[in-house]
Amino acid sequence: METSNLTINRIKEFLKEGKRFDGRKPEEFREIIIETGISKKAEGSARVKVGNTEVMVGIKMDVGEPYTDSPNEGNMMVTAELTPMSSDRFESGPPKIESIELARIIDRGIRESKMINFRELCIKEGEKVWTVFIDIYTINDDGNLLDAAGIAALAALKNARIPKYNDEEGKTIYGEWTNQNVPLNSSILSFTFHKVGNEFILDPNREEEDASEARITVALSEDGIHALQKGDSKELNIDEFNKIIDLAEKNFKELSHKIQKQLK
Amino acid sequence: MTEKENERNVVIPGEVIASGDDYLPGEGTEKRNKEIVSLIFGLAEEAGKLIKVIPLSGVYEPRRGNVIIGRVENLTFNGWIINISSSVGGFLSLMEVPRYINKDDLAEVMDIGDMVVAKVWSVKRKGIDLTLKSKGLGKLEDGMIIQINSKKVPRVIGKEGSMVSMIKDETKCNITVGQNGLIWISGDKIEDELLAKDAIMFVAQRSFVHGLTDKVKEWFEDKKGERK
Amino acid sequence: MTTFKRPDGRKIDETREMEAKVGVIPNADGSAMFRFGDTIAIAAVYGPKEMHPQHQQNPEKGVLRCTYNMLSFSVTERIRPGPSRRSSEISKITEWALSPVVMIDNFPNTVVDVHINIIQANASTRCAGINAAALALAHAGIPMKDLVSSVSIGKLDKQLVVDLIKEEEDWEEGEGATDIPITMTSNGEKLTHIQLDGKISGKQLKEAVELARKATKNIYEIQKKALKESLEKKE
Repeated sequence: METSNLTINRIKEFLKEGKRFDGRKPEEFREIIIETGISKKAEGSARVKVGNTEVMVGIKMDVGEPYTDSPNEGNMMVTAELTPMSSDRFESGPPKIESIELARIIDRGIRESKMINFRELCIKEGEKVWTVFIDIYTINDDGNLLDAAGIAALAALKNARIPKYNDEEGKTIYGEWTNQNVPLNSSILSFTFHKVGNEFILDPNREEEDASEARITVALSEDGIHALQKGDSKELNIDEFNKIIDLAEKNFKELSHKIQKQLK
Repeated sequence: MTEKENERNVVIPGEVIASGDDYLPGEGTEKRNKEIVSLIFGLAEEAGKLIKVIPLSGVYEPRRGNVIIGRVENLTFNGWIINISSSVGGFLSLMEVPRYINKDDLAEVMDIGDMVVAKVWSVKRKGIDLTLKSKGLGKLEDGMIIQINSKKVPRVIGKEGSMVSMIKDETKCNITVGQNGLIWISGDKIEDELLAKDAIMFVAQRSFVHGLTDKVKEWFEDKKGERK
Repeated sequence: MTTFKRPDGRKIDETREMEAKVGVIPNADGSAMFRFGDTIAIAAVYGPKEMHPQHQQNPEKGVLRCTYNMLSFSVTERIRPGPSRRSSEISKITEWALSPVVMIDNFPNTVVDVHINIIQANASTRCAGINAAALALAHAGIPMKDLVSSVSIGKLDKQLVVDLIKEEEDWEEGEGATDIPITMTSNGEKLTHIQLDGKISGKQLKEAVELARKATKNIYEIQKKALKESLEKKE
């Protein structure tokens, strides 16, 4: 059942004291567990748990023609499914706006940070380039699917190897891989800040997400902020916005370190 | 009793619990030739020759007289549609409220999103009818709502209410346990409400364990120790 | 007499290493994972719950609705996300494999949704899916006459084998491969699902069913253990 207004009021009251039901601080993430290589058939794959939220991401690659405006660059496509398996709130059927938005935010983060070195994914200029498919599937929704998906996409990409390609026949040899990793320049992480009452929290569980009235996702790498998206219906003050930017930069170092440790 | 001994009682659908002419099939079982077979995942219990299986999970099945907690989903011209977290919906007619309500005042009494404690008045195929005409029923204010599987409710309440009474005493909270698994907790401090919530979840996750009352007492001792 | 050599060295009646676990998706009313070697399926059950849209409701009993889906990266050649003709057919087959044992007559106008996703595929995916689904239904407390257990029996040239892998599905020697996925109740007496692709004599087909009987008995023990063990964790 949807989180009741009674509980939402309690969540807001407690937050005024800087406290959360599970004892976390407002900018604290739940335990993050990363497992890579969950499908041996994928070029790369990962399963990430943030608390009870679970997301799986797989990387597949194929050779095709480049886009006309980038003849010497590979490209990518990000899809996301908010699976009915992961929550009673998601239905089967064509992608709804929530899954489209999730895919597009993750896409922009990776694209704008130039995380994937698309130049190195060019086989023959104007004719053959690699496309990197990043497919996101939610497995259990206990809030913050977006950030969990971001971590899973990062882990899957770091773990991804380029398939063998038969140049003569012009065919990808599926199921056989080179020792080459997908060329990456940097690591991008996204943080979604949620406004609950007048306070901001990171990594809400589902109850807290139900209490959230506005959110802003900030995607950063070591080089800076690459993508930003504000969602949901309530407004943000300018000082609130500034505070969030500071928190994002501060938390990026900590979280990035934690995640890099797990990826080794 | 150890956990291993408990395991002997756990049965799954299709599993033969007992064989013999004189056994009688109780709830959750069926007799096939001379065998009593479980139809659900649960704990097999023998009461004389009657064998039944107590479910560990499953949807809430409303019974007349059950006190439940629900959420107002919609208003109709003559009442409120209530989500009782079951496979059927609930309806509360404005005639079942213990005071006169004008058709135009429905939203003022209870609006969409409000939580209410109500009693199941009648169970029909298409839905159940609720009433507020009894003590302790009505719209819930303050506090918080948690949800457990309805099959764990008997354990949370305990024999003659002993478990929930202990939790109320230890946490100084008001607690109303709906038979449908929704539970309302209200205390002076949010910390107390959260302690009650944790205690209830502790019980619900161990609903099949023996000696639970002692374990919960121990758990409270540990928690009090932590608080100091 | 030469012993038939399977690509992974298994005996002809040997299934791959199996693993089963329930409760893998906390939000679901019931959930499970089932694995045959490299083939991994997860299933989640939601229900019984009110069925929408109303016109799909059955006023006499509950409706079982299954969705089988393969993740895009579960196979070497990417599957475009979304339903396909194959996944729609397997969804229906799965529903038919489970219906005979699922008892939802007492829940009219409701639906029990079963969602199956294949994480990694090395043949026998529908069988792994059915095994996970049966577990998830029991875990959800849905009344069932019995569990069902599913396995693929194959004929490679003239030899019957149990639990096909992809290499065996693609067998080209002699008569090639015949693929026979079969689902049975735990007492081995009832068939709830059987399909066949290839070429086989009536006599060998009956033998195949006998092999399935033995194999599904083992699978049932694994499923049973998963349900019982799910209670062990708490002290």
